Amino acid sequence: MRCEELAEVVAASVDGDDSDDWRVRRHLSTCLRCQAELARYRKLVRALRGLRSEVFDPGPGLVADVLASLEEAGERHLLRSLLSGHKVAYVGGLAVATAGAAGALVIATRSRGRRVPLAG
Amino acid sequence: MTETLAPLVAAARQGDRLAFEELVRVTSAETYTLAYRLVGNEHDARDVVQEAYLRAYRAIGRFRGDAKFTTWMYRITANCAVTHLERRRRHRHEELADDAPLADGNVERDPQARADASALRGELGVALQELPPRLRAVVVLRDIYDLPHEAIAAELGISETAAKVRLHRARRRLREQLFPMYGEEQQAHAV
Repeated sequence: MRCEELAEVVAASVDGDDSDDWRVRRHLSTCLRCQAELARYRKLVRALRGLRSEVFDPGPGLVADVLASLEEAGERHLLRSLLSGHKVAYVGGLAVATAGAAGALVIATRSRGRRVPLAG
Repeated sequence: MTETLAPLVAAARQGDRLAFEELVRVTSAETYTLAYRLVGNEHDARDVVQEAYLRAYRAIGRFRGDAKFTTWMYRITANCAVTHLERRRRHRHEELADDAPLADGNVERDPQARADASALRGELGVALQELPPRLRAVVVLRDIYDLPHEAIAAELGISETAAKVRLHRARRRLREQLFPMYGEEQQAHAV
């Protein structure tokens, strides 16, 4: 096995991935160059993990901006709820009015049917 | 941190907006840091943070308490950052190819300037920003924020295998930049 073939594997083996391959393990156990390479990767990953404790200052306006956008989103949501509530009321009202008109028509039709002809 | 946030998270899940606002105050610097690392500039990072909290606010009712709130926020932030970068790429036609060559003209890339950077941490910060965004996202989320491959793949919309390949490629580029090998070590040899 050549060192070049291990380039990707060494980058992965820092966190244990792919190290179950016996050919890789055998190569790493004997090749000083790849051992040095692995040590560099370990150093790199340690340094990267060290960055986790770094926190950048977002500046004073960020939280206010986020809260304002939440507020705006909340208002939009409320407005949508109100509008959809009005829509339901409107459709409901229309349904009631239609039913009422239909009922009135039925009553009127029936009352015309029951009209007794005057005796002559 | 988890213990401190737990009551706030529970209240926010019940619809308490003040509790959610307090979560924003407590976690915003960390969220911003991740966003900045992913997008590489303050302006875009602020947009990403705003979008991330908006998404979190809408989804907090579905947040499962067994996960850490901060980890959940990292995932949302990563997802927003990827969307943001994709939008930016379409607008600016940025080159995002994994093997794109490094551009010239940045003073930080000057070998002398780099030599002047005393701490590895500082050099690493610069090297990270020089990575193509797609590689940077994976190495930041995996090696700095310790997200599992599966979560990274899900938030970036790629397969787990692709996430791993990008991670190894990113590490390799960082290694080449920070710890370049000497000439004699570069000669191939077989074992």
